[in-house]
Amino acid sequence: MSLDSKTPSGPMALRWSKHKQDSKLINPKNKRKYTVIVVGSGLAGSSAAATLSELGYKVKCFCFQDSPRRAHSIAAQGGINAAKNYQNDGDSVHRLFYDTVKGGDFRARESNVHRLAEESVNIIDQCAAQGVPFAREYGGGLANRSFGGAQVSRTFYARGQTGQQLLLGAYSALNKEVARGGVEMHTRSEMLEVVVVDGHAKGIITRDLMTGKIEAHAADTVLLCTGGYGNVFYLSTNAMGCNVTATWRAHRKGAYFANPCYTQIHPTCIPVSGDYQSKLTLMSESLRNDGRIWVPKNKADIGKPASQIPEADRDYFLERKYPSFGNLAPRDISSRAAKEACDAGLGVGPGGRGVYLDFAEAIGQFGQKTIAERYGNLFEMYEKITGESGYKQPMRIYPAVHYTMGGLWVDYNLMSSLPGLHVLGEANFSDHGANRLGASALMQGLADGYFVIPTTIAPYLVTQTPGNVTTSHPEFTKALEDAQGRTNKFLNIKGKRSVDSFHRELGLMVWDK
Amino acid sequence: MARDKAGLTEALKRIPELREEFWSNVKVPGSGAAANPELEKAGRVADFMEFAELLCHDALDREESCGGHFRTEHQYDDGEAKRDDENYCYAAAWEHTGDLSKPKLNKEQLTFEEVHLSVRSYK
Amino acid sequence: MSLLNLQLKVWRQNQGQPGHFQDIQAREIPDHASFLEMMDIVNERLIQDGGDPVAFDHDCREGICGMCSMTINGIAHGPEKATTTCQLHMRKFRDGDTIWVEPFRAKAFPVVKDLMVNRSAFDRIQQAGGFVTVRTGAAPDANSILVGKEVADAAMDAAACIGCGACVASCKNASAMLFVSAKAGQLNSLPQGQPEKDRRTLGMVRQMDKEGFGNCTNQYECEAACPKEISVRWITKLNRDYALAAAKEAFVGVQEHAEGGD
Repeated sequence: MSLDSKTPSGPMALRWSKHKQDSKLINPKNKRKYTVIVVGSGLAGSSAAATLSELGYKVKCFCFQDSPRRAHSIAAQGGINAAKNYQNDGDSVHRLFYDTVKGGDFRARESNVHRLAEESVNIIDQCAAQGVPFAREYGGGLANRSFGGAQVSRTFYARGQTGQQLLLGAYSALNKEVARGGVEMHTRSEMLEVVVVDGHAKGIITRDLMTGKIEAHAADTVLLCTGGYGNVFYLSTNAMGCNVTATWRAHRKGAYFANPCYTQIHPTCIPVSGDYQSKLTLMSESLRNDGRIWVPKNKADIGKPASQIPEADRDYFLERKYPSFGNLAPRDISSRAAKEACDAGLGVGPGGRGVYLDFAEAIGQFGQKTIAERYGNLFEMYEKITGESGYKQPMRIYPAVHYTMGGLWVDYNLMSSLPGLHVLGEANFSDHGANRLGASALMQGLADGYFVIPTTIAPYLVTQTPGNVTTSHPEFTKALEDAQGRTNKFLNIKGKRSVDSFHRELGLMVWDK
Repeated sequence: MARDKAGLTEALKRIPELREEFWSNVKVPGSGAAANPELEKAGRVADFMEFAELLCHDALDREESCGGHFRTEHQYDDGEAKRDDENYCYAAAWEHTGDLSKPKLNKEQLTFEEVHLSVRSYK
Repeated sequence: MSLLNLQLKVWRQNQGQPGHFQDIQAREIPDHASFLEMMDIVNERLIQDGGDPVAFDHDCREGICGMCSMTINGIAHGPEKATTTCQLHMRKFRDGDTIWVEPFRAKAFPVVKDLMVNRSAFDRIQQAGGFVTVRTGAAPDANSILVGKEVADAAMDAAACIGCGACVASCKNASAMLFVSAKAGQLNSLPQGQPEKDRRTLGMVRQMDKEGFGNCTNQYECEAACPKEISVRWITKLNRDYALAAAKEAFVGVQEHAEGGD
């Protein structure tokens, strides 16, 4: 089947405006008749639920955590890109668009990326108005920092917790709408199935995680905002609860899954220290500005303290292989080079799965005080987790799965190949191609939720009679029985191995191959 | 981080075996009618077991290296990723057929009108 | 790496039923493991032995989502300062230690199971005013609202609260003042938050009282337990903002609800 992306035609820079102009509208009186289900309450889900409710739709929002504020968007540290050009350094929507297409290694849809770059500026306005405490300059204007893959300074940030602050902003907008009665929030609720009636997504089946009750919910359209699938590898930087269930159940019901092989590996994570390890922790890759990455040249030196390995017996492999970029070689290159060194038996630390990130030279040159000013919080975090001081001995790092660019296929309106099922944020495949640039994930989640779906949902809804499917439809009864049956099946196997032991084995299999 | 045909083929053989073992030998204590974190995990891992197979099919099908996807068979002499725009400039949209070992590939061809296809270089 | 043998006393409880402490041996625990990884190991063994694994809340395991919530040896999030349960590591304990593990206890946080509690009261407090009423798409250019660096930095200090509830669990009165004051304080100190300041303050404080949290008696255990080191000076600010708003309400009247406010 050939896929129709419904991308508008005409000049790239005008496509989104034209599409908005051409999109059908629903008058306020009729909007109230439509119910929208939003699954997930991260940046994409919260922003979509809040905005659709403001527009007058009836919204039901679901999350598996005990509060919408805990979704994993919260863990993003670095920042969010926007083509504001507040620095007067030549940034523009076109430049952000260009960097993102190129950074994605030419495997993203150009029209979507351009729209993302256009909306980036509105996101910053919206978040600032909500009271997100972005970093400021003394004059009161917004501050920016630089990030990988760009020659301009366009990243907005809130200390080291930009993700949490943006999510709290979206969560506050959601709370405003819950208070107004526009959003019905269901926490500790996990989606188990999408319900399809006459070929259209018309609802979901959920399990209440406190009482175990399996319930049906009907709507006129369903939005999946359920994040990525990085936890297929068991060990990743994802939260423990991040999962593929919502998108995978939808895939089984007819939504195409696009580019699942595009997964991003981040080079500067704290390595695995034993079998008990449950997750990996990311440290900002800014550490590579001053740290030198090396492994011993000789296997005989592997177990020795780093200080006893003389300079001549160290292999600064990135500096050797990429003399012009050195330790700042791109993420994918650096990650692969570290794995090669470890595969060759030269890795350090438990299991030989680590390489050194050494600050001795930088400390010698600038003094420990300066290094602490630059990276103090990261050194603290490293010490908390490993019990070692990065000032006294080299840190150990290893690459880890971080973000997944693949996801459910969507057209320009963010609708999947299953009519009525829309997919937003990391859960869809649309904007990052084969590789995502730093500080772009937050941008996509919020663009989809605040600014794209509120426009692109109407063209689908106008084709539907509101409320014409209820949970009394036989398809709901059947889906409820299926979900209940599956739950009972798990409980009745009564085998010998724990769920985690299977997950660990699966993860290793996918990671090693 | 780096994939090859042999490894992916092996994974495609082993994942269904592990899945089969899962469905016959997993131990989920407790009841369905109350809070039960192990039951939640079981549902999620069951889906990862199926999804993992699709991930490997996709990685095997994409005979090129691009972005986060690196196939050791497809690299330049200096280890840089070797993209194949001639044959793989598409989004692979997989359709569920009911048989997890035979997903159906649908393609969305990607066209680049504004940003011209070029090789990323870090030299 | 060394291995620890520990004696756990873990709170076990099913929803709506009385709870009790259970003795659980935690043998051969790697000292590099985090506290939650220790609990994973314990649970995996309980499952193998046909027991009931201990239910606890957790998600990001990097100290930012606020989901994890254990009272360890009587201290919310355990003995290490400015650290969430998930970031506490076993090297902080000694071989042979007895460790008491309890949920975050408060009347307003009913136990769901074992160490999991229901903190939805925090969401309802936020819904009672923890926002700036701004419609999507109606925001002016971000740089048209100037915020001095000192003001922005202070707001960020308050905004760092992760909503875990350690402040409540550590307070002898189970007061939520540190949480509420941080949430209200962030917005009340920014120019964007001024128009709704009184309504927000009254709404949030009154919802807090309605949820059954206790009164603040200025003992400041909350600050000591807070993993994000939120300062009690936010409580002072909230008391001031509340007194002002309540006085204005008494004399002029303040609309508490969002309806018709514009």
